[in-house]
Parts: sequence; structure tokens; C-alpha cells
Amino acid sequence: MIRFSTILLLSGALALTACNNPDRFGAGGAGAGGAGGISAGALGDPNDPNSIAYFNQTIGDRVHFAVDQHVLTPEAQTILAQQASWLNSHPGYTAIIEGHADEQGTREYNIALSGRRANSVVEYLVSQGVSAARLQTVAYGKERPLAVCSDESCYAQNRRAVTVVGAGAGV
Amino acid sequence: MNILRTLCLALAATALSTPVALAQSGPLRIVIEEGVIEPLPFAAPNFVAETASAGEAAANITRVIASDLTGTGLFREIPASAFISGVSSFDAPVAYPDWKAINAQALITGAVSQGSDGRLNVKFRLFDIFSGAPLGDGLQFAGGQGDWRRIAHKVADQIYSRITGETGYFDSRVVYVSESGPKDNRQKRLALMDYDGANIQYLTDASTIVLAPRFSPSGDRVLYTSFETGFPRIKLMDLASVSSRALAELNGNMTFAPRFSPDGGTVVFSLEQGGNTDLYSMQLSSGQMRQLTNAPSIETAPSFSPDGSRIVFESDRSGNQQLYVMSANGGEATRISFGEGRYGTPVWSPRGDMIAFTKQNAGRFHIGVMRTDGSEERLLTASFLDEGPTWAPNGRVIMFARESSGAAGVSQLYSVDITGRNLRAVPIEGGASDPAWSPLLP
Repeated sequence: MIRFSTILLLSGALALTACNNPDRFGAGGAGAGGAGGISAGALGDPNDPNSIAYFNQTIGDRVHFAVDQHVLTPEAQTILAQQASWLNSHPGYTAIIEGHADEQGTREYNIALSGRRANSVVEYLVSQGVSAARLQTVAYGKERPLAVCSDESCYAQNRRAVTVVGAGAGV
Repeated sequence: MNILRTLCLALAATALSTPVALAQSGPLRIVIEEGVIEPLPFAAPNFVAETASAGEAAANITRVIASDLTGTGLFREIPASAFISGVSSFDAPVAYPDWKAINAQALITGAVSQGSDGRLNVKFRLFDIFSGAPLGDGLQFAGGQGDWRRIAHKVADQIYSRITGETGYFDSRVVYVSESGPKDNRQKRLALMDYDGANIQYLTDASTIVLAPRFSPSGDRVLYTSFETGFPRIKLMDLASVSSRALAELNGNMTFAPRFSPDGGTVVFSLEQGGNTDLYSMQLSSGQMRQLTNAPSIETAPSFSPDGSRIVFESDRSGNQQLYVMSANGGEATRISFGEGRYGTPVWSPRGDMIAFTKQNAGRFHIGVMRTDGSEERLLTASFLDEGPTWAPNGRVIMFARESSGAAGVSQLYSVDITGRNLRAVPIEGGASDPAWSPLLP
């Protein structure tokens, strides 16, 4: 029989989606890490430890993975420990973890692989005390590359999981 | 003279009587398995316009028939400039020596008339020049003015079928993902086209990512994956109304890689939960779900055998992507791919005898086919990125997406014979990926 373990309260997930739809790209923005997808005003000052800009830039909102891997590197764990610390001290925020893959792989497999990557981040953040109810994952596969060349310098940037912090209404 | 059979092509009503089996006689025959080196030369003089208004339709229909046949790589058209005699009347006797002199092995003649209501009536005959006899009976199709391409495809399907002994595939459609915009902000829309790239119709707007549409066995519905909610979820579209619904029972999880069972009543798909992807099936009538695999590995890209008893899928349970076959009810799976590299996106042939797949090895991608037990693996293509094969309704041709490398990389659709011959781009504007071939239209 199927067990649908509910990771998130559905109401929370819907509220989160409404105010922070992870597929912001479709509207024409460049998305997390892109140029100008989110206005600077909404993010605050990267020197202000209470701002999303601080989370995104000063801590770093993303971690990278080796080819076809979802294991967190020591560098990734360092960043995620700081992300967890920030989330723990800012309980009003929730986060969507976006998993991504580079273009070297078939479409369905890459969605599954990017789901694994996003989940690796969730598991680490939860191990650091962040409530799982505040976290949700989305698997983009190879659909949203950041870097567009077809060599390792770009692939390495695209094999990523990005923690997108948003105001957590309803959670 | 042969009897002219009349078929009523009631396209609007989608009810259409099937032509009765025609005699496969005479030496004019291409056996596809043996791999044709020299395409069979044919002549297709412009169909005769039997009413004043039918001239343009007659010319257009003749061109599409010739294009269908030459597009297979099995036929070569003799240019009209080489003709010794013309065809001015559909019922005039065939001047066999004149066609033999220019080395035409097949002659296609036809006529088009148009009623005052615009409806077209198209009849044709096929002649075996070297035997000096008709090949099969004459046949007639009737349809609306806007159906001229479909009528032409039906004529070409008949000709292809009589000469090769295989079912045709020209009167079919392909649902795919139309792509535009730069690589880091790709816009994707579901689109529908005739198999040859004509009559493109967009089914969704570009507001969200859509992936991997799949036809129902009756061709009236399409399963696909949409990021409309922000998360990948399976949707089901009714093509007649172009309306979609989410498979509601799946809310709260990520679902993708859906495909219909051969009876159209069940959907098999991947469900991602907590970082793990397994295969499930769902009965469309009841919404009842069943978990088919239960492993910590990735299980995805499922495809039913044509008899519905088995499912081929990809899994990385061995450490990297390989192909497996299991019962449609789940349970133990048998690995069938053992070559070098990684294997994904398996698709069972409509004939049941082969499985097409994407292979990734040494930095290159290939489309290949193998027997359902994994034997006789044959790679048909090689490029920077070839992916996602889909079978023509007769199981003789495969369409797939080929993406070029680099910042300006674009994905295009290609087709190739299962012999590996006749690789050609499908002529459509803009980028395209994830093709899925419909069954032969009724």
C-alpha cells in the first residue's frame, strides 16, 4: 500500500507557493542568482544579518555537487550549517530548496537526481535543528541552467541546490 | 479495370471506416528489414483536377504524397521534367512503355474534385510499371477542404503499405514541447503537429515549464508534466477541448514521467518523495494507486509493453542508469542493458519486438534499439545530446530530440529508421524537444 507521508502541511505549502512560487523564471526573471530577478529592496542589505540578502550573499544560498552525485561536500556542509543557523534565528521564514542538474543526463533522470540533491540539503538543515515543516523541495532537473556553456565550468555551476528563503505566511 | 472502392473520410466526426485489406501482389516490393540501398523510383504526375476549383488542392496533395514517400528514404521521385507522357485523365490507359523508359518502377495517378460545399474527393491508383499492372485497387477518399493534408497522407500510407507490406505512418501526429528563448530562460509550450511538421497547434502558453507529453492509445488525450503549481506534477489534457486537469490524488508530491497503459485506463509514472523516486500506477477511472517499485534508487521513465503485461523502466539501482523489465503489477525486475555507459528513457515498440532507448557513453548520447531481452543492441545515432525516442505507429521509424552544444544550443526533432538510415530533421520553426508520436489516425 502507498504511504504518502506528508512532509508539509498542505495549507502551508499552498501559502508558500502563492507568495513564493519557485518557478519565478517563467515570468521573465532570471531567478535566484540571476541578474535582477528579485529587486534589491525586497532583499535588504547584505550587511544586515536579518536580511534575505545576507542569507543569499553573505552566507550563500546555494551548494554545488559533483557529477551525478547528491552527497554534500565539506564546503556545502559549512554553508548549510550557516543557513541552518540563520533559519533557526529567523523562525518567521520558510524556504524552498531547488534542486538542479547539468545538461549531461536524460530529462526524467535529472529531475529525480535534482530531487535527491534538494533532499540532501533538507536533511542537513533538519539535522541542524530546522523544522522540516518550514522546508519544501522542488526538482528542476536540467530545466533551469544558470550557466549556458557546454563544458565543466558551466556544468559545475548548474549542479546545485538553492535555498530560496521567503516570508512564511501560514507556517 | 479494378473496382474503385469508395471510403468516406468523415474527419469531422472521427468515425471512419477502415479500408479492407488489399491484395499484396506483384514483384513491386520493398522489404525494409533487408536495408534498402537504392530507393525505388516512382513517378507522381500532378493529380488531375476534375473540377475547376480543385487545381490547387490537386497539386498540393500530389506534393504531400511524394514528400511522404521520399521522406522515408525508401523511394525516389522522378522529376516531371523527365516524363515522356502525361496523365490528363484518371481513367485513361497507362502508357507503360513511356514510364518504363524513364525507369519509373511505380506510377501514382490520381484525381481531385471539389464540391460546391468545398468538400474534396480524392481518388488514386498505383501501378507496377515493370509488371504492367495495377498494384491493388483504386481507392477514393472524401473529406473537408481543410483535410487535404490528411487525405494526402492516407493516400501515401496506402502506397507505402502496398509496396512495403508494412502499415503506414504518415496520417499521424506528434505532440512535443516547443522551445523558445535563451538557454537560461527557456520558454516551453506543448504543441501538436502533423508527423511532417505541418499544422502546428499550441496547446499551452509559455507561463510555466511543461515536459514530456505522451499520447493516449486512442490519440485523444495527452499526459504531461507541468510546473504550473511551482512543482512538477502530472496533468491530463483532453485534446478536443484543449482542457487539462491535474491528477488530483497526487497533490503534495512531485510526479513526472507519466505514460498510458495500452488500454488507456492506467497511468504509470514516477513519484518523488523525500529524495527518492519510485514507480506507481494509477487507474484513471477510480484514482486508485499502486506502488510498483520500492527501492532507495531512482526508478523512472516507465513504458508498457503493447500487451500491457510488462513495464520497461530505468533505474540506477546497480550504481548507474540501466534498463529493467518487470511485470505491470510491479515486483521483481530483470535487468536487460549490459553495454558500456548508461541507458535511459526506454520505450517499448508498438510491435512489441524492440525497446528504443537513450544511451550515454564517453561524453556522447545515442538513440538505440535492442530486443526486449536486451540482445541485438544497435545504436542508430550519435551526437552531443540525442534524447527521448518515440516510435512511429508502425514501429519502423523513431523520432527524437537532438540538442546542439554551447550557449546558443538549440533542440530540434529528428527522425531515423530503425536500421539507422535516413536520419533527417523534422522541418519546424524554432526549438523542439520531447516528441511523442500518436497512433495512426482513424
